[in-house]
Amino acid sequence: MNVNVTDSPGQAPSYLDQTEAVSARFDRLKKRPVVLEVKGLGKTFDSSQGPVTALKDINFKVHQREFVCVIGPSGCGKSTLIRILAGLEQASGGAVLLDGKPVDGPGPDRGMVFQGYTLFPWLTVKKNVMFGLQVSGRSGLPEQEALQWIDLVGLSKFANHYPHQLSGGMKQRVAIARALANQPRILLMDEPFGALDAQTQARMQSHLMEIWKNIDITIVFITHDLDEAIYLADRILVLKAHPGEVQEIIEVPVPQPRSPDHLETPEFIATKKHIESLIHPKSLDEEEGEHLNMMRMVHVDDAVGDIF
Amino acid sequence: MAHSSWFAVRQALAPRRRFVLSLMSFGLPLLIWCLVSYVPGIWHPMIKITDPGSASYFSDGMLLNKDLFYKEQIRLEKEGKAPPQGIPANPVYLPTPGAVATAFYTAFTTPPQRRDEKWLYQSLGDSISVIFLGFLISSLIAIPLGILAGTFDLFSRLTEPFVEFFRYLPAPAFGALAVAILGINEAPKIAIIVIGTFFQQVLVVANTTRKIDASLLEAAMTLGANRLHLLFRVVIPGMLPDLFRDVRVLLGWAWTYLIVAEMIGASSGITWFITQQARYKNFDNVYAAIMMIGFIGITTDLLLAWLSRRIFPWQRGIKA
Ligand SMILES: Nc1ncnc2c1ncn2[C@@H]1O[C@H](COP(=O)(O)OP(=O)(O)OP(=O)(O)O)[C@@H](O)[C@H]1O
Ligand SMILES: [Mg+2]
Repeated sequence: MNVNVTDSPGQAPSYLDQTEAVSARFDRLKKRPVVLEVKGLGKTFDSSQGPVTALKDINFKVHQREFVCVIGPSGCGKSTLIRILAGLEQASGGAVLLDGKPVDGPGPDRGMVFQGYTLFPWLTVKKNVMFGLQVSGRSGLPEQEALQWIDLVGLSKFANHYPHQLSGGMKQRVAIARALANQPRILLMDEPFGALDAQTQARMQSHLMEIWKNIDITIVFITHDLDEAIYLADRILVLKAHPGEVQEIIEVPVPQPRSPDHLETPEFIATKKHIESLIHPKSLDEEEGEHLNMMRMVHVDDAVGDIF
Repeated sequence: MAHSSWFAVRQALAPRRRFVLSLMSFGLPLLIWCLVSYVPGIWHPMIKITDPGSASYFSDGMLLNKDLFYKEQIRLEKEGKAPPQGIPANPVYLPTPGAVATAFYTAFTTPPQRRDEKWLYQSLGDSISVIFLGFLISSLIAIPLGILAGTFDLFSRLTEPFVEFFRYLPAPAFGALAVAILGINEAPKIAIIVIGTFFQQVLVVANTTRKIDASLLEAAMTLGANRLHLLFRVVIPGMLPDLFRDVRVLLGWAWTYLIVAEMIGASSGITWFITQQARYKNFDNVYAAIMMIGFIGITTDLLLAWLSRRIFPWQRGIKA
């Protein structure tokens, strides 16, 4: 499968190089209906130090059942963007269209999984998942439906547990089930696995991929972890900071479906290098002189004088 | 864990240790009281006369200052008359634990001195009903108002400035007014409890309501919750355990207003009993009555705490 389109021997592959299969898949993907469209979106906060432009002229489209990751340096406005998509924050300009209709305020058509644990502590796992079904007053059997979603995230045994009895990874799985139970058009996730340890994080990623493969859901996923973004995404939206603008939209050349084996493929490494250079430009770091002002803080005659 | 420190920062001790310490929290004050009361060498600044001798103005059982007693004793000895005899004693305002325990019992078994007076248990019943009704009326209005003020800025702005002002007005100041309007029986007393509790309660409940995590509200909104859902399915269930705790604290405050409440109009109730007994210098009765209030207080508090654990099982792991 790993046939490089460029045939320049000795040169590392570029992230732009796609195999025919990958390229054909992107062609098909772009023919799917657009679920989410963001047009000229801007956001300015009024802070005590004057207005802060968090986002400026953001434009992108997300197609049905696409997995889009948003990545960027800290403070570039990732959370602000996803909160505007969810309707929890008002944009200062531009528009967000869901299935062509402008969104206004939060609604059950856009599910959200937060970085912090936001399960209702007074409800059991089952009742948490039933929450959306009950408030949106949908017909059917909320309990049966909830149990199906809990089963999907592999927590059937814990349906009657309270959130404080679950681990962090389990809590996020319930949060995913709770968001999916509403059958939203799009699932918004703001660094959902950021607080988990590396192993749990990896398991959660595979789990999410598995869910995404099996149900009709479009995902916008925020992360600051390059590996996570490349591993999960069809396309990656790279933001830059001050003001938050779209720097590049990258089509990930790693073939789908993914597995942890892909982490070491040349495409993966090339993509990672490229995004790294976008987010942490080497020359810039040097110009700004970003080094720590370090003083020697051990005595000259310290027992361990030199650690090397 | 078995050998963990007694002074570990923010860590619960072993259950056994906690139990022993809880016992000691009652046991130590009682021990000190017993020592001061029963060990003659400790304190005992007075002399209780056992035999007046020829001192004309001493009588049996009288309590005297030590100085005065010894001066009189030396004077009479010099004059060759019979000196008075006495034993060291504590002032009348510090009865022994035994005396208080006896008073505790006899207070319930002794009929009132006059026919129109009430038995102690009746006074106690009156007090409890005043507190209960006052606190109930206050809560029925203050809790919903506090929740609304904590949820909607509209209600907060509309009520809180005035409530802030009013809560500085001392409830006792409204005593005469309450009697003029409501007569002399139970009603003005209940009114004082309500005035004393209500305004604090609105503010405390409003602040507790505001403590609800904003991200829970946001999560609910992304699940399709409307405003009523937010109020009834997120704010209220989320705050209930804290509300329960507030009620426990505020109930304690209500008892402090009881003293004032029972002084106005037709005096009655347990605090009236205390005032009267203090006037007769029956301090054992005074202490017994104070302790009755204490017992009622701690019993309701433990009951509410137990109830809270029963109805909010999800709180067990959260522990503030
Ligand atoms: N309520 C607010 N008032 C004023 N400024 C804000 C507010 N919220 C965010 N900002 C500013 O907007 C910018 C973007 O913030 P945001 O939280 O979206 O960043 P982020 O990309 O999610 O960062 P991180 O990776 O650290 O989570 C920051 O500079 C922040 O200071
Ligand atoms: Mg963020």
